[in-house]
Amino acid sequence: MLLIAVLWIVEPGLRNPIWASGVIRFAVPLAILAACQTLTMLTGGIDLSVAAVASMAAYIMATQTPAQGPVVAVALGLAATALAGLVNGIGVGVFRVHPLIMTLGMSLIVLGLMTVYQLQMVTSGSIIPESVAWLGGGTSFGFFTNSLLVFVPLAALIVFSLRRVGFGRLLYAVGDNEIAARLSGVRVWQVLVTLYVISGLLAGLAGIIYGAVTRTASVTLVERFLLPSVAAAVIGGTSIFGGRGGYSGTIVGALILTVLTSLLTVLQMPEPVRQILFGAIILVVAAAYTRITDES
Amino acid sequence: MTDFLLEATGVAKSYGAVAALRDASLGVRPGEVHALMGANGAGKSTFVKILTGAVRPDRGTITLRGRERGMHSPDEARRTGLIPVYQEPSLVPDLDVLANLSLTRTPVAPFRGWVEDLGVHGLDLRTPARELPLAVLRVLDLARALAVEPDVLLLDEMTAALPADLTEHVMNAIRHQREAGRSVIFISHRMIEIAAICDRATVLRDGETVGVLDVTKGTEDQIVTLMLGPVATEPAATRTRPPVTPETLTGPGAPRLSVRGLVAGAKLQDVSFDLHAGEVLGIVALEGQGQDELFDVLAGAARPAAGELRVDGRPVRFGHPADAIRAGLVFVPANRAQALLMQRSVRENIALPFSAPLAGWGPIDVTGERRRINDAVGRLQIDTRAQSEVRRLSGGNQQKVTIARWVAGGVRTLLCFDPTRGIDIRTKREIYELLRELAAAGAAVLLYTSELEEIPLACDRVVVIFGGRVVDEMPAAGADEPTLLRAAYGLPPGALTPEEVVAEAVAIEEAEASPAAGGDGAVGEPREAVREPAPPAGSRA
Repeated sequence: MLLIAVLWIVEPGLRNPIWASGVIRFAVPLAILAACQTLTMLTGGIDLSVAAVASMAAYIMATQTPAQGPVVAVALGLAATALAGLVNGIGVGVFRVHPLIMTLGMSLIVLGLMTVYQLQMVTSGSIIPESVAWLGGGTSFGFFTNSLLVFVPLAALIVFSLRRVGFGRLLYAVGDNEIAARLSGVRVWQVLVTLYVISGLLAGLAGIIYGAVTRTASVTLVERFLLPSVAAAVIGGTSIFGGRGGYSGTIVGALILTVLTSLLTVLQMPEPVRQILFGAIILVVAAAYTRITDES
Repeated sequence: MTDFLLEATGVAKSYGAVAALRDASLGVRPGEVHALMGANGAGKSTFVKILTGAVRPDRGTITLRGRERGMHSPDEARRTGLIPVYQEPSLVPDLDVLANLSLTRTPVAPFRGWVEDLGVHGLDLRTPARELPLAVLRVLDLARALAVEPDVLLLDEMTAALPADLTEHVMNAIRHQREAGRSVIFISHRMIEIAAICDRATVLRDGETVGVLDVTKGTEDQIVTLMLGPVATEPAATRTRPPVTPETLTGPGAPRLSVRGLVAGAKLQDVSFDLHAGEVLGIVALEGQGQDELFDVLAGAARPAAGELRVDGRPVRFGHPADAIRAGLVFVPANRAQALLMQRSVRENIALPFSAPLAGWGPIDVTGERRRINDAVGRLQIDTRAQSEVRRLSGGNQQKVTIARWVAGGVRTLLCFDPTRGIDIRTKREIYELLRELAAAGAAVLLYTSELEEIPLACDRVVVIFGGRVVDEMPAAGADEPTLLRAAYGLPPGALTPEEVVAEAVAIEEAEASPAAGGDGAVGEPREAVREPAPPAGSRA
């Protein structure tokens, strides 16, 4: 919040609703991707396949729309992400592959499969359905970002689930002390499989919204959001070791990162400088925020 | 000059405010097998660590062949001729046997000879250590120690859970060591081995050497009594409740939990008992007699190799703790770090089992949960001032939370593994009272505790496990500490009356406490003068 205030003072031209709605448009898919990281990090895991999976969902949706219509296309995209999540979950939960390796491997597999799929679909063309584009990337009344219609209920659901729903509690329990969870009768693999399927679905949703925002679809569409999605969760105070954190902090983290990107673009810095600054600021902010959230 | 090969005098070591050792001494003669004895918490393991150079003492001297050992490191101790062999294998699992030997600069030819002598034939030295069975690894540890012909060999629970034939080989190796004029410090929970092989014994209690005696027939009881110390003769069974006997409990219906011929892991050999509704059944055992495995199996955390479990007469198999919980068996482990979500609140910790089954994954009934948790917190009098994170609670309060978790759900069968380890006396009493209340309300409680004096307070009946088998069963009311400890060591009950032994032990202490007229070697001298030397161990083995 402080950061946003500072930015507003530095760059007064940004204080207008159009800029804000632009920021929110980009922040929503990032915040959803960061939800994947938050939920998996609560269990001591991580999901590095989100970017590839999200791109996959957007690409499948866009290429299937001409033939199948928007509803089936979206469903197909999400089904593919659920499948990827299921494989992740089985690897992590049943075969005890470290989440880092499992999801990184999965992201390569997804990318490879999508490249093959891309060659098959060259001729079909790709369309972002109008309805999806409106919901994901459109604005109403000149300032209201339509994707908030999806995001606000979703965020409320996640925040509520982590506090007041058994499954949410189990995420903390598994991340805090897996042995204790097991001794209390928790079948940890069930929790993990479910979690990674949810993570895959959320990533798919984020990909579809981002596709709508950019009005494009490619197999590497969301790639550049991978690090920010992890950073947003960490900045938001979720411990990478599991057991601590929550989603409201992550939303703030996603906003901060999007504001930063926007600012760096507005200041018209050359791309390499932008990357260096972005990386450095993420590190500083993450260090500072982790300290603040630790003390509270 | 003393005639001791290894001598430790006035050794003291404190960890913070806790004095682990106050004044420990030990004198080992050449050609002697010397037992080092002490109950749990007597400071035995600290003393061993100091002797082997792993821990630096605060005070005291250690001399080898009359020369003081100044530096303190395991390597230094090694070079001066003291080699330890522990219960846990010390070979690096990923290296083959030869590579392991070169790590400790052990000559290969004598090692090979010893391996043969110890009864392991046809060993390929290129085998990675991880592929060898546990018993062989132990033998290799011993052979590695013997191969360098150490002046003093220290065997710390080396024979625990070793098969009988290998144990006999180990005994022979010890005798060989003695005949060569070298010494062995022998640590074992098995009295029968002490009696068979040891010449003298040093007994530690509360961090002090309280007696040195020759080992002859009948000294087992003396050793046990020395380990106990002057027995506080306050009547143990001061509680006023009707005696619960198996007869009144069996009544109609099957026992709540029935265990038959249970075998698990390396240590649990054959255990059978019944646990009835309404009773607290105590398990008494020295460390590492298979009780850990027993509780793991009952809690569903490990699978048994053989044996049968019945709950309310129906056979059950547990593949996961969730199965045990569904059958009504809930587990309170000794290690609170195993049971608690340290970063989460008291409330979430207590509520955890409610969310565990798939049916509990949905929205939580917040008011119902709060009511049940408040009930449990009130019932156990948990101090909830620091309830936002369990790790900020005191140890006693943490333990209460682990129990409250199960009480909140209405407990049928409670398995408590040393629930009072390391917590203050008041909380201890509260926990025992709670166990009694639960039993009175119809729950069945299985309690292992390392604090024998608490047994009559909390239990109705006691099952004693030794070497992975049930060796005794008795009502708890009459079970005072000496009786239990004797049973736990696998000894027949009451050879000497406790008063006699205590009187004798006090006499020894006084003799030692008197000004050491004889110089360094005075410890233990008075006893030896009146004792005949131990007969050759082989005759009694």
